[in-house]
Amino acid sequence: MNHCEGCNGCKIDEKLEKIAKKYKNVEGGIISALHEVQDTYGYISSTAQKYLSKELNVPMSEIYGIITFYSRFSLVPKGKYNIQVCMGTACYVKGSEKVLNRFKEKLGIKEGETTSDGKFSIESVRCIGACGLAPAIVINEEVYGKMDEKKVDELIEKYSKM
Amino acid sequence: MDIEKLNKIKDEYSKIIQKKRIMVCSGTGCTSSKSDVLLKNIQDKLEKDGIKNITAHKTGCFGFCAKGPIVVIDPDEIFYELVKPEDANDIVEAVINNKVVERLLVKENEKYVEKWHKLNFYSKQERIALKNCGKINPEKIEEYIALDGYQALYKALHMSRDEVIDVILNSGIRGRGGAGFPTGKKWKFAKEAKGDVKYVCCNADEGDPGAFMDRSILEGDPNAVLEAMAIAGYAIGAKQGYIYVRAEYPIAVKRLNIAIEQAKKLGLLGKNIFGKKFDFNIELRLGAGAFVCGEETALMNSIEGKRGEPRPRPPFPAVKGLFGKPTLLNNVETYANIPNIILKGANWYKSIGTKTSTGTKVFALGGNITNVGLVEVPMGTTLREIVYDIGGGIPEGKKFKAAQMGGPSGGCVPAKYLDVPIDYDSLNEIGAMMGSGGLIVMDDSKCMVDIAKFFLEFTVDESCGKCPPCRIGTKRMLEILTRITEGKGKDGDIEKLERLASNIKKASLCGLGQTAPNPVLSTLKYFRDEYEAHIYHKKCPAGVCKALTQVHIDEEKCKKCGICAKNCPVGAIEGQVGKVTFKINQDKCIKCGVCITKCPFKAISK
Repeated sequence: MNHCEGCNGCKIDEKLEKIAKKYKNVEGGIISALHEVQDTYGYISSTAQKYLSKELNVPMSEIYGIITFYSRFSLVPKGKYNIQVCMGTACYVKGSEKVLNRFKEKLGIKEGETTSDGKFSIESVRCIGACGLAPAIVINEEVYGKMDEKKVDELIEKYSKM
Repeated sequence: MDIEKLNKIKDEYSKIIQKKRIMVCSGTGCTSSKSDVLLKNIQDKLEKDGIKNITAHKTGCFGFCAKGPIVVIDPDEIFYELVKPEDANDIVEAVINNKVVERLLVKENEKYVEKWHKLNFYSKQERIALKNCGKINPEKIEEYIALDGYQALYKALHMSRDEVIDVILNSGIRGRGGAGFPTGKKWKFAKEAKGDVKYVCCNADEGDPGAFMDRSILEGDPNAVLEAMAIAGYAIGAKQGYIYVRAEYPIAVKRLNIAIEQAKKLGLLGKNIFGKKFDFNIELRLGAGAFVCGEETALMNSIEGKRGEPRPRPPFPAVKGLFGKPTLLNNVETYANIPNIILKGANWYKSIGTKTSTGTKVFALGGNITNVGLVEVPMGTTLREIVYDIGGGIPEGKKFKAAQMGGPSGGCVPAKYLDVPIDYDSLNEIGAMMGSGGLIVMDDSKCMVDIAKFFLEFTVDESCGKCPPCRIGTKRMLEILTRITEGKGKDGDIEKLERLASNIKKASLCGLGQTAPNPVLSTLKYFRDEYEAHIYHKKCPAGVCKALTQVHIDEEKCKKCGICAKNCPVGAIEGQVGKVTFKINQDKCIKCGVCITKCPFKAISK
């Protein structure tokens, strides 16, 4: 564990150090670095932003601009199980809105929010390309197709126990 | 790598791929229906039984996604549908005994069909971009080589750069990503641009909702894209290529990485390819969930590590693109056609399709259609052939209302144009566009105002915010559409929508804004009566817009059974079982429609 030599001397763990090192000299590498941070930690903390800013020599304002521009990046931690409901056209005409509403109703949270126990978060996402399985959702990396309200209840039960 | 070595691999693996092989679809669709477990079960069974002369492999998308997971037994091309992991034993036994598992075959007109090319779904298709999908293991470059892989690159490297570009120009191929700009011209501009450093980019940021052909090509035949990019690199004089691929496509990303590694190892990427003075490398860059990055200048900003905002054009990317250098950008499907064109020649390609739109186009069929999936047809095929002959028509006895083509930039094609040949120009004429090839079929239960609103919500959400006509204009349009669907539409709203649409189209900076109003304009053109019904009669003819819908119980049909009241989630139905006919309290009703589905006497309707 090292300390960032920037503003507050925040603690930097090895994984973050490794990511910064990997993209330090890659032209336009900041987005790739942010991808790895997002995948590793589930969000991009202000510490990570400051550290990458210093190491990759990209201003904080730009990093913040990038994170808020792209929907894949998040400034706050997502739930242990991130539920992505596909809202592509094929899924929409097959009733993805009902599926999304059921998740919201059952978990008592809105899109972009995380349940108080940190277990679930919901997002509506653009076409995931699984149109053959419409309406489709993704929980973490797992795709579930041909969804309906009953399946929503079953999935919530399944993941609640995990 | 030299040609002798390439041919040696080709010979060796052509023999291997002609052996008895069990090919399991491992595209995203089938994988999420557990085809990975199925493949493992098959492999385990083969190992357990000590069988060496039959092997099982993953392969790319067969396109018939509605029937997934799909298994094909090569070289007999026996096609199994809806295969479950527990079917593994039966399949292996059948292959050993040269039999078929009848219950897993597709049934058409009461008859079982064995071979996949005999299925109605494939009968009118011609697979060029998808030619290797379903035939080879995409994680093995040698199998790609077995089917003439990298021969086109060898051939191109022994032609002059102008000759290569001439073949592409003469083939007449146009960009498969949306606008349909002639690919050869793009290559020519990029070659003629001055600069010592140039780049070749591949747009794999397939963002149009309802389109998944690029994903399937990358998952099923990643080497075709690498080979085409290398050919392009040679033609325009570039040493470096970038593939900008959506992070939402993890399987495609993984297979691209494998393909790049294997190509490097064999010397098909890297320095002095085929002993020529030609170096070429390819790097991946992941998109991060911004639709606008499918626009070429926004995509380049994103590769450069910036916000994906479009740049004004000119200067065009061919002159000043990635990192300020001349850049060639094509999409995945366009590239997938290139090796074939180089190998078989421009005249062969021109003989397919129509005069101004040559070749084939892959469409992602989705929505209210029986055979959901990926189809590749010659340009000029009619919508009717795609929807009815290939797609199997509309399920549940409903009627075709419209097909949405070209995603959020495109438009709706109504039933009266079912016989228009599908090519770039015919579609433009009727107010739709080819786009990337998403083809969403809608039945008569869909409200076109609601669909227009859906697309506007999409563009409002995805507008990058750089230019006001798009940022503010689409928002105003959405507000008007929302109020129309909520029953608050006013006289003059349609005209306002048209005025806004025309201004946004003229004044927006990039393709996203310039095409954003299209779904509204095309639904206004063909379904104006629905807008008018919403605004002037406060009715939604399709019964989709909740604020404009009332659920009624037909007093004469009601048998006073009370099932509706029991199932109503908000207690909005009142009456007495066996005594008083039931009525819906409209103030309480949330129009969920549960009562309609539960009533055994069909007495309730919207």
